[in-house]
Amino acid sequence: MATGDVKLLGAGASPYVNRVQIALNIKSENYEFLEEKLGSKSELLLKSNPIHKKIPVLIHDDKPICESLVIVQYIDDVWTSGPSILPSDPYDRAIARFWAAYVDDKWYPLMKELWMAEGEEARAAAIEKIGEGLVVLEEAFVKCSKGKAFFGGDSIGFLDIAFGSFLGWLKVTEKMGEMQLLSEAKTPNLVEWAERFCCDDAVKDVFPKTEKLIEIFKIMQARAKAPPSN
Amino acid sequence: MADEVVLLNSWASPFGSRVRIALAEKGVKYEIKEEDLFNKSPLLLTVNPVHNKIPVLIHNGKPICESLNIVQYIDEVWRGKSPLLPSDPYQRAQARFWADFIDKKIYETGKKIWRGKGEQQETAKKELIEIFKLLEGELGDKPYFGGNNFGFLDIALVPFYSRFYTLETTGNFSIEAECPKLVAWAKRCLEKESVSKSFPDPHKVYEFVLLVNKKLGIQ
Repeated sequence: MATGDVKLLGAGASPYVNRVQIALNIKSENYEFLEEKLGSKSELLLKSNPIHKKIPVLIHDDKPICESLVIVQYIDDVWTSGPSILPSDPYDRAIARFWAAYVDDKWYPLMKELWMAEGEEARAAAIEKIGEGLVVLEEAFVKCSKGKAFFGGDSIGFLDIAFGSFLGWLKVTEKMGEMQLLSEAKTPNLVEWAERFCCDDAVKDVFPKTEKLIEIFKIMQARAKAPPSN
Repeated sequence: MADEVVLLNSWASPFGSRVRIALAEKGVKYEIKEEDLFNKSPLLLTVNPVHNKIPVLIHNGKPICESLNIVQYIDEVWRGKSPLLPSDPYQRAQARFWADFIDKKIYETGKKIWRGKGEQQETAKKELIEIFKLLEGELGDKPYFGGNNFGFLDIALVPFYSRFYTLETTGNFSIEAECPKLVAWAKRCLEKESVSKSFPDPHKVYEFVLLVNKKLGIQ
């Protein structure tokens, strides 16, 4: 049974930080949120994550853990009395990890490609690739959920957290681009899943409002043409 | 009921070696299907439609992809022997963090050395040595990254030792001179049968890399 001091270094607008918040909420674990200011890195961050210098960092009893998905697995390993985040079956765990890596390494970079795209042709190409990726994830959802509400089954799990954390920025992109990326026509299951995910108790107070994210997006675009990539 | 375990592999792949070492540590019998990466089999394209890459472990007909995923799967299924991940959650998180670091940095930087030239190659050489020094720091005075026992992080890194000859020859530098502790650790790992049996001949790997470069129209 884990007790002890839990601090989270992060910023509310970062989907990677949101992942950790959701995981801690699932475990009903209290924590101190240490907000990093946009555009600067605190001494504590640089000391706790000297390798990547990025948020989120979980500091548990003064020991830092870095990389959002490593942190989520750590939370699941430590707080064992709460609901499980990773599936119990080894094969299902491997599949959840596989798709989480796909989201991080293949799909989310396409969103960044869209934000940086110059000209209609580049934008259209990025939108098409994002759409294709979402169709792949729609198929993954059908296989993983096995007819239930979430990738993780009856309740939110590892892959729901990994992919769902990007829904805030997905909505911003849709609103600002006046387009639909997640559509009823092509990805009906994901549309419903997204609704359920965002309403879940562990998630609903975590994402900043879309308007707030749009504000932040505009600031970052003005600075370097891209929203948080850490 | 016997387990059916098949590994789709390529002999020179450090990622494939990770899986072979893990299976050997657990004493699991398996069949290898060697893939020609320039002519991928229909089976590979079927079991890994997303990435079309090796290694793929097929356990009783179910495919698992991505080498570190596969190693964790092997550790979770064959629990009886040689635990690979630490039992302590914090140590486990550290092992996963560094394995992720290795995956993000080493192969890509290595490619810039064995495929690159001029300034790009020089920059990549410096970067690689920095990465190896960070890993030496993490190793410290321990015999293995896992402590007294060979484990997950050792498995994640040691296959890249088979590429050192390639890196040093194409890059014209000595990794041992800059990172003696790391090389000593790699040699220690090679004393284990699970590692030595799946370790490709570094000279053959070098020839292979040159062949691939030629096919890709490099140099």
